[in-house]
Amino acid sequence: MKLDSKIPEGPLAEKWSKHKFNLKLVNPANKRKYTVIVVGTGLAGSSAAASLAALGYNVKAFCYQDSPRRAHSIAAQGGINAAKNYQNDGDSVHRLFYDTIKGGDYRSREANVYRLAEVSVNIIDQCVAQGVPFAREYGGLLDNRSFGGSQVSRTFYARGQTGQQLLLGAYSALNRQINLGKVKMFTRHEMMDIVKIEGEAKGIVTRDLITGEIETHAAHAVLLCTGGYGNVFYLSTNAMGCNVTAAWKAHKRGAFFANPCFTQIHPTCIPVTGDHQSKLTLMSESLRNDGRVWAPKTAESAQKLRNGEIKATDLKEEDRDYFLERKYPAFGNLVPRDVASRNAKEIVDEGRGVGSSGIAVYLDFAESIQRLGEDAVRARYGNLFDMYQQITDENPYKQPMRIYPAVHYTMGGLWVDYNLQTTVKGLYCLGEANFSDHGANRLGASALMQGLADGYFVIPYTLGDYLATIGPDAVDLKNPAFEEAKKNVIDRVNQLLSLKGTKTVTEYHRELGHIMWEYCGMARDKEGLIKAKNMIRELREDFWKNARVSGISNEFNQSLENAGRVADFLELGELMIDDALDREESCGGHFRLESQTEEGEALRDDKNYAYAAAWEYKGDNQPEVLHKEEMVFENIKLSQRSYK
Amino acid sequence: MSNLAKTFSSSLGRKLVMALTGLFLCTFLIVHLVGNLQLFKDDAGQAFNAYAYFMTHFTPIKVVSYLLYASIIVHAIYALIISAGNKKARPIAYAVQAGSQNSPWTSRNMGILGTILLVFIVVHMGDFWWKYHNDELPYAKYEISLDNPNDINVSELPYDADRLVHSEVTDVQAGKRTVISKDLYKIVNNSFQTWWYVLLYVIAMAALSFHLIHGFRSAFQTIGWNNSRFLPLVRFIGVWVFGVLIPLAFAAMPLYFFFK
Amino acid sequence: MSKNMNLTLKVWRQKNSDTKGKFVTYQADHVSPDMSFLEMLDVVNEDLTRKGDDPIHFDHDCREGICGSCSLHINGRPHGPKQGITTCQLHMRSFNNNDTVVIEPWRAEAFPVIKDLAVDRGAFDRIQAAGGFVSVNTGGVPDANAIAIPKVIADEAFNSATCIGCGACVAACKNASAMLFVSAKVSQLALLPQGQPERYRRVQAMVAQMDAEGFGSCTNTGACEAECPKEISITNIARMNRDYFTAKLIKQEEA
Repeated sequence: MKLDSKIPEGPLAEKWSKHKFNLKLVNPANKRKYTVIVVGTGLAGSSAAASLAALGYNVKAFCYQDSPRRAHSIAAQGGINAAKNYQNDGDSVHRLFYDTIKGGDYRSREANVYRLAEVSVNIIDQCVAQGVPFAREYGGLLDNRSFGGSQVSRTFYARGQTGQQLLLGAYSALNRQINLGKVKMFTRHEMMDIVKIEGEAKGIVTRDLITGEIETHAAHAVLLCTGGYGNVFYLSTNAMGCNVTAAWKAHKRGAFFANPCFTQIHPTCIPVTGDHQSKLTLMSESLRNDGRVWAPKTAESAQKLRNGEIKATDLKEEDRDYFLERKYPAFGNLVPRDVASRNAKEIVDEGRGVGSSGIAVYLDFAESIQRLGEDAVRARYGNLFDMYQQITDENPYKQPMRIYPAVHYTMGGLWVDYNLQTTVKGLYCLGEANFSDHGANRLGASALMQGLADGYFVIPYTLGDYLATIGPDAVDLKNPAFEEAKKNVIDRVNQLLSLKGTKTVTEYHRELGHIMWEYCGMARDKEGLIKAKNMIRELREDFWKNARVSGISNEFNQSLENAGRVADFLELGELMIDDALDREESCGGHFRLESQTEEGEALRDDKNYAYAAAWEYKGDNQPEVLHKEEMVFENIKLSQRSYK
Repeated sequence: MSNLAKTFSSSLGRKLVMALTGLFLCTFLIVHLVGNLQLFKDDAGQAFNAYAYFMTHFTPIKVVSYLLYASIIVHAIYALIISAGNKKARPIAYAVQAGSQNSPWTSRNMGILGTILLVFIVVHMGDFWWKYHNDELPYAKYEISLDNPNDINVSELPYDADRLVHSEVTDVQAGKRTVISKDLYKIVNNSFQTWWYVLLYVIAMAALSFHLIHGFRSAFQTIGWNNSRFLPLVRFIGVWVFGVLIPLAFAAMPLYFFFK
Repeated sequence: MSKNMNLTLKVWRQKNSDTKGKFVTYQADHVSPDMSFLEMLDVVNEDLTRKGDDPIHFDHDCREGICGSCSLHINGRPHGPKQGITTCQLHMRSFNNNDTVVIEPWRAEAFPVIKDLAVDRGAFDRIQAAGGFVSVNTGGVPDANAIAIPKVIADEAFNSATCIGCGACVAACKNASAMLFVSAKVSQLALLPQGQPERYRRVQAMVAQMDAEGFGSCTNTGACEAECPKEISITNIARMNRDYFTAKLIKQEEA
């Protein structure tokens, strides 16, 4: 199978407009004859469901949470980018496009990213019209800030909870359509499989998480808006329920999985305290604007700090290593996320980590407090400091914060073409779940932008083209494909429930996380990856022998839910390793120790790896087949990132 | 159901009824207190009896008084309806509920306080309002010097069905004004000689205080009158006027007669 | 470092909405003060699973205080003893060694128990669907800066918008009233210019749905405000009442 990205011809800036014109339309009177399934109700899912219903399609929306409002988009703190140029500081669609491609380390599609930048301005208009309370200036107009080291102020924000406010906006649009009867909402439903008829997606199988009932749902098209797979690392900033299951089932049904090894690790998270830890908490990277990152110069003093013999404040200036400022004098503490993260790991690997676990570095505000005063620092970061103190019981005004990187976002995902269609016809993928826009590294405040762009302004056009092509004839639920898929799901559930071994599912998940973090985390090498691949295989085999799953199928059973998700992570983990092994270059969030400059910086190999790696599933325990989509850059000159 | 009926059977509408009747009863308290202050006058009850007559025989006041009785009844009935609904809203109670950690005691016990007040109102009206209207009360005859209004000569007249409840004759030649009134003052005075009766009043006034400390402010919140500029004033009046001053003044009356 | 604790947990266990529940006592030993409350329950559940018992079911997801999934009535208070946080943000250092901790689900007719400590808060979604939106389709909206909104109004609307829909207000209220939740949602849009065209229609529709769900009446105890993890003010309730009475008693009936 040849990958066809369906990128329209013509100059970059005209591609989307021309494409929109060339797409087929569904007659308004016919729209009500179509049903579309949307799985996931985060920013991408809610906005897609609401927009499609507003057009007149019947939508069935599904989420595993008890309310669509709880999808993990809700947790995004920082903001959303848009090329509005409200600040008159030189921003433009082209600049946002350029920054995103460069930030993604030249591993994303020009056409997609340009479209993203283009519709970004509409997103803000839409959200404001819905009543999203963005931050405003005294004049009553919208406020912007510079975010993630960007040179222009293009980030719109709503205090520290932009994600919640945007999601509530999309959720309200969704509610309106529920009220109008155009969307039927299924909460506490988990998608268990895709149903394909003659090669095209025609429905899904779900499990009602309360009654345990396995149900089938038919539709003319299926949209997966199911988020990222960061929880493969066990500890991440994702919500506990975030999972890869929907995308993974689609993958096993023929959707290619692209760039699975591209994961983003965020530098300013609160470190792990012990084995009991269930998740990691992110603190906005705006902290790095005023905080200075450091570690003790010697492993000896780090040891003393860990044992509590001395305090951080006891360490003299000359005994401290402000390693980011030392290594990157131009950018200092504001280097991109991947660079900051990797350097923290190096420090810890050298035995210079702090905190009782030794897996942390300091983020120190003493100098800022001296320069600006405690009140000014409180005004800027008060809520973050409070959060830190709440979790760690340490006062960051008096002693430096401890931070350590954590998995935060996954750039990889299901491969989609320009229309967001996967390699399975009728199956679309939106938001973090797809691979399309962020390349090897996502810029701050771009995730929200992509989710909403896909849902509000891309899929309403591109889906219509497909629906017009297939026609409105109803999909027959009696087709044996539904019964067969349902039977497979029931078998799978029973198989999981038959596991009555000695180890809990969480123990397997934790072990998988350790392997992934150790060998496929911030730095990777061939030897480690090969080792990890075997470890994961063994772990997976052991899981199917010795795991223990409680309860029965016809009830609310969180143990079963978790087991199904972890089982899929155990398969995904191996694919991530394969992908990381294949990519013998360093780019963005993927750092191969074999591919670095003399100064230890990431070294890209554009000649050999300027492609998106799309993996095709070939059956259980069969090696996946790699398909390459070359990334063609006609409008941007590739250059090595440098933050010296 | 008409729109209005629907409005007043909604949860918010019911609350509005509680708030409006409650505030109306609050305004009555002020009038009642001002009138009752006559009890403290050292005139053997002449002013008080005149006030009692005025309150029961002046038509506009009579109309308002019926509105008042209706308010008490509606306030109590709606309280029952709302409480029943609230009970239904939580059929299984918490094993542990630390209400004292998140809300004032008064706000959580309006029903108990209100019940005490209702019992009190029944006793109170039975003893004074009912007796005044229906019992064969003696009369008081006041002979007041025109030169010196403080020079009052009082004497008791027996009950006489034909006598007017209140009459006034001014005799300039004799230099005096003669006032004959049904003697409610005497009933009051006699009632408050019993210690447990005085205690009942004092307890009821304590209940009134707690009821109004929450109730007055709460009514404004329910109506939606929570302008940040006036809110401190509402709170002040709720606590100091209705929570402290008025109940204290009312409680002082039985104590005054008991210790006089 | 502070020492690990031993705790006695009294947990409400209920198989499903059709069966009666009861308290079951568990021992949670060697609890680290750095654990979150939910992580402490995770550990208990791991033990239960290994023993072949059914783990304690409770709702949770983001574990950083924003998704509103977690609930739990802990020692008589929603989200436990501290103010301004959710259960997932509560750490075990807020407890002492040998404490007995009573854990109950949110209790309200409108929030039926699904299992153990998990309840169905679908009523909140239905209230929102009844009118908690601005009727705009995707596209065709004016430029975001076309309407200026005074900062104080925008900030006030934001304060209302911080509601995470967790249901602590209902849980805390002695009447199981949902007024704080509904009023926060009504207020956000009533304050903003975008919400004006449907302002009075919205408040009536949402209050009607709230009543239909079987929540109790507000008696202004203020418990909701005190327990709200986002510290939303009962000023919102007054604002909603005002709008509701205006709609019902003063405004012409809308078509």
